[in-house]
Amino acid sequence: MMIINRNIAISETGFVFNPINGESFSVNPIGYEVISLMKENKQADEIMQYLLANYQVEPETCRKDLEDFMGMLKHHLLLEDKE
Amino acid sequence: MKTKNKRKLTIGVTGLNAIDSPGPGIAVIRGLREATSFKTRIIGLSYESLEPGIYMHDLVDRIFQIPYPTAGTEPLLSRLEYIHEQEPLNVIIPNFDAELFSFIKLEPRLKQMGISLFLPTLKQFEERHKANLLDFGKKYHIRVPFSKIIYDPGEVQRLDKEFSFPVVVKGKFYDATIAATPEQARTCFNKTAAKWGLPVIIQEFVDGTEFNITGLGDGKGKMIAGVAMRKQYITDKGKAWGGISIQDPKILALAEKFIRATRWRGGFELELMKDKNNELYLLEINPRMPAWIYLAVGVGQNIPEALVNLALGQPVEPYKDYEVGKMFIRYSWDMIVDREEYEKISVMGEL
Repeated sequence: MMIINRNIAISETGFVFNPINGESFSVNPIGYEVISLMKENKQADEIMQYLLANYQVEPETCRKDLEDFMGMLKHHLLLEDKE
Repeated sequence: MKTKNKRKLTIGVTGLNAIDSPGPGIAVIRGLREATSFKTRIIGLSYESLEPGIYMHDLVDRIFQIPYPTAGTEPLLSRLEYIHEQEPLNVIIPNFDAELFSFIKLEPRLKQMGISLFLPTLKQFEERHKANLLDFGKKYHIRVPFSKIIYDPGEVQRLDKEFSFPVVVKGKFYDATIAATPEQARTCFNKTAAKWGLPVIIQEFVDGTEFNITGLGDGKGKMIAGVAMRKQYITDKGKAWGGISIQDPKILALAEKFIRATRWRGGFELELMKDKNNELYLLEINPRMPAWIYLAVGVGQNIPEALVNLALGQPVEPYKDYEVGKMFIRYSWDMIVDREEYEKISVMGEL
């Protein structure tokens, strides 16, 4: 299971800072919401339910976009494996 | 804060060349000026008349030129004796790799004069040398890139038997160039040898992200301070013009292992590369504080202050943590200097 690296700092502006490697990123407001939910230990299906309830989006599109976003977080070492 | 009872220390500092490839002196002095355990009178020790620190009168109280390291230890000692008569020194902090050998050699004699240093031992200084890094890694079980010491340009032709290209061609003191082909390696070898002399070090190229950590070892195996940084803005000379403090447990653990294993005495900087598999390689050990040492001060670890206290045999509590995500951004600044000052330092060798 992948979880967000708990040391990641994210501000309301969407500025993300990884204190392990010093990299920083900007995410849009939905990205901010997703990362905030992950920091609350919400799982992918819970996040998807949240997005479907709050945005007008098809479930399949939402699932694909969320997967892409997670893939990007993983690529930038913002996610870690939890055994 | 009580200041009136604090002792006043006179501290000699080298490395005043705050240029595009800066010496650490000015950053060290800023740390000393912010020390809470003592007050300071700073004596700048310069090599050339245009080192910017010479003219920074708000940071440096007095300046003396000292002989180049190539002159040997005796001319340096006699110059330091003269300076000590003018300005009794409590501590000297040398900040150049090239001068460390002389200062390490002179440490016992300077101690007799009442001047304290806190430098690595000669053994520590020698074994961490670029040319010895491979053996250093084997001895202390620290991962280092494969490297070979080359004296003869003919050997460059045979590098493809032991290395896959690109390789890094390094001078024995400074400079590193990436060579993509054996032909480029040969050109780099010639340039590097002409500038820094022999040997030239050929090092395996590790593709990844570079990190640095500066710290202070007490000489008994304990880490007194350690601050890790990632360069954010790099000059064409590979120097950090901006960086951010980070907290990677792997990097801090490596620095602690380095200090424990070598019983490192003094300040240092480790240059590290993390490859795609998240493995850390030790690329270089600088046996002194780096030019970005003021970042350590800014995030809560006044390494220059702690080093002075260790030099004077004062007890120093290890720093436990520091602020992560703080940045340093360097800038250039034009000072207006009277010609008379330049004349005085050039002709008289002091200011």
